[in-house]
Amino acid sequence: MKRYILERVAYSLLVMWAVATLVFFMMRAIPGDPVRAMVGFEADPQTVAQIRHNLGLDQPFLVQYVRWLLSLIRLDLGNSIWNQQKVTTLLLEALPRTLSLATIAFSVAVILGIPAGIVSAVRRYSLSDHIFTVAAFLGLSMPDFWLGILLIILFATKLQWLPAFGYEPISAGIWPWLSHLILPALTAGTAFSAILARMTRSALLEVLREDYVRTARAKGLKEQIVILKHALRNALIPVITVMGIAFALLLAGSVIAENVFAIKGVGRLLIESILNRDFPVVQGAILVIATIFVFMNLFVDILYALINPKIRYVE
Amino acid sequence: MGTPRAFEFEESLEGLAGPRPWAPSRRTWSAVARRLLRDRRALLGLAILGIVATGAIFAPWVAPYDPAAQGQEMLLPPSLKHPLGTDDLGRDLLSRIIFGSRVSLFVGITTVLLAATFGVSLGLIAGFYGRWVDMLVMRYIDLQWAFPNFIIAVGLVAIFGTGLVNVIVAITLAFLDDFARITRGMVLAIREEEYVSAARAVGASDRRILLRHILPNTLSPVIVQGTVSISYAILGEAALSFLGLGVKPTTPTWGLILNDARPFFTTAWWLGVFPGLAIMLVVLAINFVGDGLRDLMDVKEYQEARR
Repeated sequence: MKRYILERVAYSLLVMWAVATLVFFMMRAIPGDPVRAMVGFEADPQTVAQIRHNLGLDQPFLVQYVRWLLSLIRLDLGNSIWNQQKVTTLLLEALPRTLSLATIAFSVAVILGIPAGIVSAVRRYSLSDHIFTVAAFLGLSMPDFWLGILLIILFATKLQWLPAFGYEPISAGIWPWLSHLILPALTAGTAFSAILARMTRSALLEVLREDYVRTARAKGLKEQIVILKHALRNALIPVITVMGIAFALLLAGSVIAENVFAIKGVGRLLIESILNRDFPVVQGAILVIATIFVFMNLFVDILYALINPKIRYVE
Repeated sequence: MGTPRAFEFEESLEGLAGPRPWAPSRRTWSAVARRLLRDRRALLGLAILGIVATGAIFAPWVAPYDPAAQGQEMLLPPSLKHPLGTDDLGRDLLSRIIFGSRVSLFVGITTVLLAATFGVSLGLIAGFYGRWVDMLVMRYIDLQWAFPNFIIAVGLVAIFGTGLVNVIVAITLAFLDDFARITRGMVLAIREEEYVSAARAVGASDRRILLRHILPNTLSPVIVQGTVSISYAILGEAALSFLGLGVKPTTPTWGLILNDARPFFTTAWWLGVFPGLAIMLVVLAINFVGDGLRDLMDVKEYQEARR
């Protein structure tokens, strides 16, 4: 187990290095002159030379690469071209918002998805199974940003129950914080919860056919206990594998939700800086998002090993 | 990795077991088509897609108004004259959605065709030649696999810039790994089949073995993935356009119409509702067809059909 975890950690660090390298090449693969692309063609040559120097673009390639890696280790990502602020400062401001949103979205998805999947499996082909199936299909076919728009129209404009835009830090109180996140979380989490529901349903159906479930029933255990203690626990193993993949979906959804609901998180920072051609911030935002993915995948891998003894004991 | 291969998750558990041991001949294709038409959901999907595609092709004749024509009747709710209402510049929303389908469908289909062509080639080469070629391709696939397609597409647009061609390139590259991964897996299994050894024994060239014996046998999962991918490519284009990272603002696309309508969602609900409904309808229709195809191409089902 220890070896397995060490291997996964080493692999994750390798992926991070590969991503950092890719981002480095990306900056240099921009067609034309990246500095010109950033400041426009009207900027005077002196400014251009200054920015080029600040970004280290006047150095030899290999020197640039080593410097880039070293600056990453020091967590120094340079300054925004747009407003001169440190990129790390901008990212540190944005990160809590994104993480809050992703956490709530994840919780919403699990709370909606897994029970729906259980009900669908236990009452297979019942009315509720059909309703959940249709809902899951719709949830997966709906563009997430459009779902956000519908939620704004319904809950913010018509009913005026929840705010349509912005973010309140948790220090402002639980409700102001949460109320600003409910609609964005639904936007980011619906597709994920649809996948969870379908996955739970099929995994549970599979497990309910197993001998040990029959044995548990034969022992006279209550159906509730058979399902929750015997079947569900095993059914959740494949569900957790999918979680890694689906969590990616959730974060991509957060990028969208932040933009629909004007939450200044990492996703919004990314899109804004792309539109402003503020490349140092683009780099930083991509790296942060990549880091979240890599460590999320690592976490899921380890969790999977902890839950599934078949993996734990293969050494 | 990829984004939402959601619909095939259930199958993916058992479906990875092995190749489907059949090569599609002309006869089997018509059998697939006939059976697909018997699947009610797939039929509904095909019907919706047929209507939308007809609308897209014949847009200038089908659309009641010029999609760019501005008028005095601004922000009108749906009425008989303007079935889906008008936007802030007095343009007819229905006409804009009909014209918008052109770009959305074009991007969806083109990107998946390109991604499938390059991805399948990559997978074929990696699986067939193995060794360092395979290792190199697999490292690349693994790396991309760790991130959702949409984020990759956003990152690529950040480099290439916006515009139709760049969006197509970005989405193509973002979806490529899905096809490479599936094909490679299939090739690894098929490579060991007896008919491949037989072909080799009679002196067939690598090229002939790859194209005549291996490629046709990898196609059914590729087709299923392709169908699903079209819906995600359409969603991806819409999301990019909605974020302002898509095609140029002069071209109406579904995502762009929604982006333009942003300031008016609270006052003119129809601008927020109908373009998204169009996207959802098409994606739903594609998923219906994709599900139908998946069921049909399942090996057990197929063998029954062949008997």
